[in-house]
Amino acid sequence: MPAVTETIEAVQSVTESGYKWGFETDIEMEFAPKGLNEDIVRFISAKKNEPEWLLEWRLRAFAAWKAMEEPTWAAVKYPPIDYQDAYYYAAPKHTKGPKSLDEVDPELLKTYAKLGIPLREQEILAGVEGAGSTPAEGRMPVAVDAVFDSVSVATTFKDRLEKEGIIFCSISEAVQKHPELVRKYLGTVVPQGDNFFAALNSAVFTDGSFVYIPKGVRCPMELSTYFRINAKSTGQFERTLIIADAGSHVSYLEGCTAPMRDENQLHAAVVELVAMDDATIKYSTVQNWYPGDAEGKGGIYNFVTKRGACRGARSKISWTQVETGSAITWKYPSCILQGADSVGEFYSVAITNNYQQADTGTKMFHIGPRTTSTIVSKGISAGHGQNTYRGLVRIGAKATGARNFTQCDSLLIGDLCGAHTVPYIENRCMSAKVEHEATTSRIAEDQLFYCRQRGLTEEEAVGLIVNGFCREVLKELPMEFAVEAQKLLQISLEGSVG
Amino acid sequence: MLRIEGLTAEVEGKPILNGVDLEVPSGEVHAIMGPNGSGKSTLSYVLAGREGYVVTGGSATFNGVDILAIEPEERAAAGLFLAFQYPVELPGVGNATFLRTALNAQRRAKGESELDAMQFLKLARERMKALSMPEDMLKRGVNVGFSGGEKKRNEILQMAMLKPALAILDETDSGLDIDALKIVSDGVNAMRGPDFSALVITHYQRLLDYIVPDRVHVLISGRIVRSGGPELAQELEAQGYAAVQAAA
Repeated sequence: MPAVTETIEAVQSVTESGYKWGFETDIEMEFAPKGLNEDIVRFISAKKNEPEWLLEWRLRAFAAWKAMEEPTWAAVKYPPIDYQDAYYYAAPKHTKGPKSLDEVDPELLKTYAKLGIPLREQEILAGVEGAGSTPAEGRMPVAVDAVFDSVSVATTFKDRLEKEGIIFCSISEAVQKHPELVRKYLGTVVPQGDNFFAALNSAVFTDGSFVYIPKGVRCPMELSTYFRINAKSTGQFERTLIIADAGSHVSYLEGCTAPMRDENQLHAAVVELVAMDDATIKYSTVQNWYPGDAEGKGGIYNFVTKRGACRGARSKISWTQVETGSAITWKYPSCILQGADSVGEFYSVAITNNYQQADTGTKMFHIGPRTTSTIVSKGISAGHGQNTYRGLVRIGAKATGARNFTQCDSLLIGDLCGAHTVPYIENRCMSAKVEHEATTSRIAEDQLFYCRQRGLTEEEAVGLIVNGFCREVLKELPMEFAVEAQKLLQISLEGSVG
Repeated sequence: MLRIEGLTAEVEGKPILNGVDLEVPSGEVHAIMGPNGSGKSTLSYVLAGREGYVVTGGSATFNGVDILAIEPEERAAAGLFLAFQYPVELPGVGNATFLRTALNAQRRAKGESELDAMQFLKLARERMKALSMPEDMLKRGVNVGFSGGEKKRNEILQMAMLKPALAILDETDSGLDIDALKIVSDGVNAMRGPDFSALVITHYQRLLDYIVPDRVHVLISGRIVRSGGPELAQELEAQGYAAVQAAA
């Protein structure tokens, strides 16, 4: 069999046998009734003991959502979603405010172990006492806020962060303990009625992370959240809000896996970032949700709205994402560059194989003078995968001296997949400079042969070539995450020798 | 010892090799010369196991191993190295990463321990110095943006690192200026010894002034039509392939 054909077939088979995280944790769930209406929104809000203003905020979002239509402009195809045939609230029982991790259901801890949450976090999750203050030798401490379905069950390193005045907790907790901060910023970057999925999220979001970095503080550790979808037909609607006050610095890691299922699962998260004067937020995502089987059955529908506002002068927001999972990815982490000299960055690797579809990219809104943005997108398509880069660079009239550089590269493995690039550029400022470069290439037979002649197996060769292709993006990831991401790319292409 | 007997092969259904017989004893360097389209590159690809080069008959063994029966990477681990006529670019893959991955893959296949980054770097620096190559070659992407001469020197560096038992050099002299030719030749000559043999494929006699072969073979229409000592190369240079073929 020709090597390239073998590669194609093997890549097609990857998600059939290669998805290691297909299991279901057996924990009793407490469900809200199926379907979506005002009562469900009230139910969620009441369950979470929310203040009146937040309930009203949710109800306004719900009203907006009802009046909206699902967007159809993305290059993705999927059967209609019945929003009334899903649960909007599911919480593991016995997790009402655990005082320590000893109270955490051991099943959950087992789940984290199976997920491959790195040992250091597992130690922390399992040990609680001492684990937070003495991180494993030679490692950067990482604080974890784990979201299990809808309720955040474990937050670590809290004490150490509190000393710096940093708030890192679930958004439910933030609503209770820091309502003034939540109220001030929630929905200011992604308004309730921003788009269909953001409105849905705003109405029914159950949990997510909240981060506040005070003025001048450099967060001493990477903040990390592992998201995981568990209960059958439970939509996941996380809401994340990160605020970096003037002169502060934070790096946030988001990693995701989900168990294997036949039904498609809807996921519509919203992430809002706010960076004040001279503040920097680095947001890194490695996402490997179940992509569906070889025929494209099952898998996660991922409709995410991620947006950051560079409100302050010289502020910087940097998005880095490695997307290998989900049946459908609809995701455009964006930057609103309001502050003078603010900087937006978007580094992305998206892999689609089998029947995965990804429509992903970014939007850079240049509003302030001398704002700069960099976009580097690497799309890898294999099997019947369809990979679309969709990006917008908009430069306003007052963004004098603004600059953008965009580079979109596509790599094709096999001849049944597709790569598409849809860049939009709108420039209203004469002194602005916008550059766009795009390439499409294949893993060529001669490249594989060259590597194999030097002793590499075909699998190693594909891995090496793909990692080389993604290098500019991978080097943007925090060190420890980069290693995981490289492994993930390797896993995605595992078994590429028939 | 490389032993090729009655080897026939085709590309896209077209016969290219029509019964090649050749023996390269261990420790010897043999040259294969021939006009364009005679099957020189095909022979090197067939021996290395490139896809699309289909063996239709005959055999090829190296130190008793039937190399035609094993995968390209297994042939590499068995000691076969092909210096490409057109070295391939691997964008984003650092030369050092590539070399170390290849070296460790071969060491693993042989049951040897892998080299860590420091050990590798030490070895690479040593070999590069011997080949008068600047160290920044290690940092660059594999063959990306390399000049023709740099690509060929990079092939020789890979050979020096992987220490093959049998090197096939496919028109390594093409596109080289005299200085580069000398560096490449020195690289090959430095490898010479009782456990190293080489098959040097070339159009021109020029390279053979620097890498003096033990034997010279003339390949025409997929067959070895004449063999001789180094003086055969000079005869070819003076009289051309047509005369040699007519005389054969």
